[in-house]
Amino acid sequence: MARAVSTRRTVFFTIVAWIIALLIFFPILYTIITSFKSETEAIQGFNLIPSATVESYAAVQAQSNYFKFFLNSVIISVGSTLLALLIAVPAAWSMAFSPTNRTKDILMWMLSTKMMPAVAVLVPIYLLFRDFGLLDNRLGLTFMLTMINLPIVVWMLYTYFREIPGEILEAARMDGASLWNEIVYVLTPMAVPGIASTLLLNIILAWNEAFWTIRLTTTNAAPLTAFIASFSSPQGLFWAKLSAASTLAIAPILIMGWFSQKQLVRGLTFGAVK
Amino acid sequence: MKLKTLLLGACSAFVIAGFAQAETLTIATVNNGDMVRMQGLTEDFTKANPDIQLEWVTLEENVLRERVTTDIATKGGQYDVLTIGTYEVPIWAKQGWLLPLDNLGADYDVDDLLPAIRSGLTGDDGKLYAAPFYGESSMVMYRKDLMEKAGLTMPDAPTWEFINEAARKMTDRANDINGICLRGKAGWGENMAFLTATSNAFGARWFDESWKPQFDQPEWKNTLDMYVKLMNDAGPQGASSNGFNENLALFQQGKCGMWIDATVAASFVTNPNDSTVADKVGFALAPDTGLGKRGNWLWAWNLAIPAGTQKAEAAEKFVSWATSKKYLELVAEKEGWANVPPGTRTSLYNNPEYQKAAPFAKMTLDSINAADPKAPSVKPVPYVGVQFVAIPEFQGLGTTVGQLFSAALAGQMTVDDALAQAQTAATREMTRGGYIK
Repeated sequence: MARAVSTRRTVFFTIVAWIIALLIFFPILYTIITSFKSETEAIQGFNLIPSATVESYAAVQAQSNYFKFFLNSVIISVGSTLLALLIAVPAAWSMAFSPTNRTKDILMWMLSTKMMPAVAVLVPIYLLFRDFGLLDNRLGLTFMLTMINLPIVVWMLYTYFREIPGEILEAARMDGASLWNEIVYVLTPMAVPGIASTLLLNIILAWNEAFWTIRLTTTNAAPLTAFIASFSSPQGLFWAKLSAASTLAIAPILIMGWFSQKQLVRGLTFGAVK
Repeated sequence: MKLKTLLLGACSAFVIAGFAQAETLTIATVNNGDMVRMQGLTEDFTKANPDIQLEWVTLEENVLRERVTTDIATKGGQYDVLTIGTYEVPIWAKQGWLLPLDNLGADYDVDDLLPAIRSGLTGDDGKLYAAPFYGESSMVMYRKDLMEKAGLTMPDAPTWEFINEAARKMTDRANDINGICLRGKAGWGENMAFLTATSNAFGARWFDESWKPQFDQPEWKNTLDMYVKLMNDAGPQGASSNGFNENLALFQQGKCGMWIDATVAASFVTNPNDSTVADKVGFALAPDTGLGKRGNWLWAWNLAIPAGTQKAEAAEKFVSWATSKKYLELVAEKEGWANVPPGTRTSLYNNPEYQKAAPFAKMTLDSINAADPKAPSVKPVPYVGVQFVAIPEFQGLGTTVGQLFSAALAGQMTVDDALAQAQTAATREMTRGGYIK
């Protein structure tokens, strides 16, 4: 009897989970469907069956060089993620294993920078970028995205590192491990799921960042967010082309997320030693 | 061997020097059909000017406006040529943000530019600060078959009274036909472009001569009352979300008896590839109320050169090419006369081939000529602009008022409440801006 109730509960929650997942995924699905419609079809109202035309993809490719934007997205998102990890691993290590009275305050302060609306610092940042010659520059944008996502990376790693018993590191120290060896050979392997999920999440965040990537670039460093933005039109139908551009822009990150979902879920749901 | 090496070295140095001399112009633009077409035809320019390369930045209209404003205000120097509207040109020219176009070339023929369009781009010093790429006014586009079915004949210059009668008679809810489709989506360039232009015909104005807002006057009440009642009786469902593109789609699908909007739409609704009613469309001037002003606006997308550019000479060469008579001929040769960017040059409207290919040509020209940005309404005004007020505060204020009027259309507030709140918002903004002492 108990087994039957348990099975019913499982089935119920599975269905609920699927419905929620479909609701969340539906906008993406509809974007993909719309990309295979003609412009007239796209604006005609809700319709799940497209005429399966690829004219929008052809038009998008004819109008813009997708691969140039794609390459910029890869360089900026991967670069900013690696740079953020380089800074965040030692920072999170010190906060997790050598906390001071101010550690919590520092963590809160770091998080509070995420609460400020980006537009509030647009002009100062723009002036800084202008003076340092970083406008429309991949290096400048990589640095910018590193700074934007650093608080989240530090917070995530700090949470994972805190799950690792300090005794393991102490044991390593007693065995004569230097600080570098302790971080690289003991801490990092144990925190691999956490670091991997932080890395993946940060790549996704950097890939999708649209405020700064559109405002600090023109042609050389413009990533896929700028590519999408170029297909909106004030006078003329553009939904199908915009959907095709969006599909092309999200496809790489969607595929990456699909293949790494196991790692991502594991990192997000389990602690280091569970 | 040594000589060979020297020669090779000299050649390489020559090639490198050649590349080093090539200037790259960064052009900021919007994703409109005419702009996209220009991008495809730039080989003609780069062939004639091999030392100039072109890079395009295409953005959504509002993002472009914000990006370019930030760049110009901070002297970022990211752009060499800008695509800007008639609203920005007088404001930015006054701020010293744009370079005057003094060297467009001997064969440019600046006097050929349509006077109404040219006057909106000319600064107080009499210099041209932007060159028009394409211009537009607004007019009535209507279904000739539905008009006939309703037993009416559209005059060339209709009144609002006629439009109201025709819209209600043409409405056929059972067959999903709305008598009229008008903009309802909130925004200074969306519903407020239409409503401000319409209010001119009703004798309304945004401000009196001392910058006092006029939403508490009967002329605005008459405008908004008529608009809301007409749209409730004969407009499409959810009209408060409809802008240019939504109404274009409705008209092309045969769901609108009339549509009053930009003249540039004429080529879309008569294109048989996209429009199901291409052969049934007639055109008329924007309606009036007998007070001497028509509700037609005036707009142009223009090319301008920001003051911060280091490549002014090359930029002016490009602007001259893209807005020249020769460019119009190039488009006609490659894509046909119907696809030529309209509304900028008198000679285009005198061209028999264009007149033949574009049945809407005469009405477009008459509409543009009927608009007067310096005296847009019946009563005198302290500002320039037909469907906008050319002051920096208008973007924000126009959108706030647009949201109130859109809410009135959606039935979320009464016309009186919307006007009262618009008056309060405008008074507050004008006081803050120092216009009202």
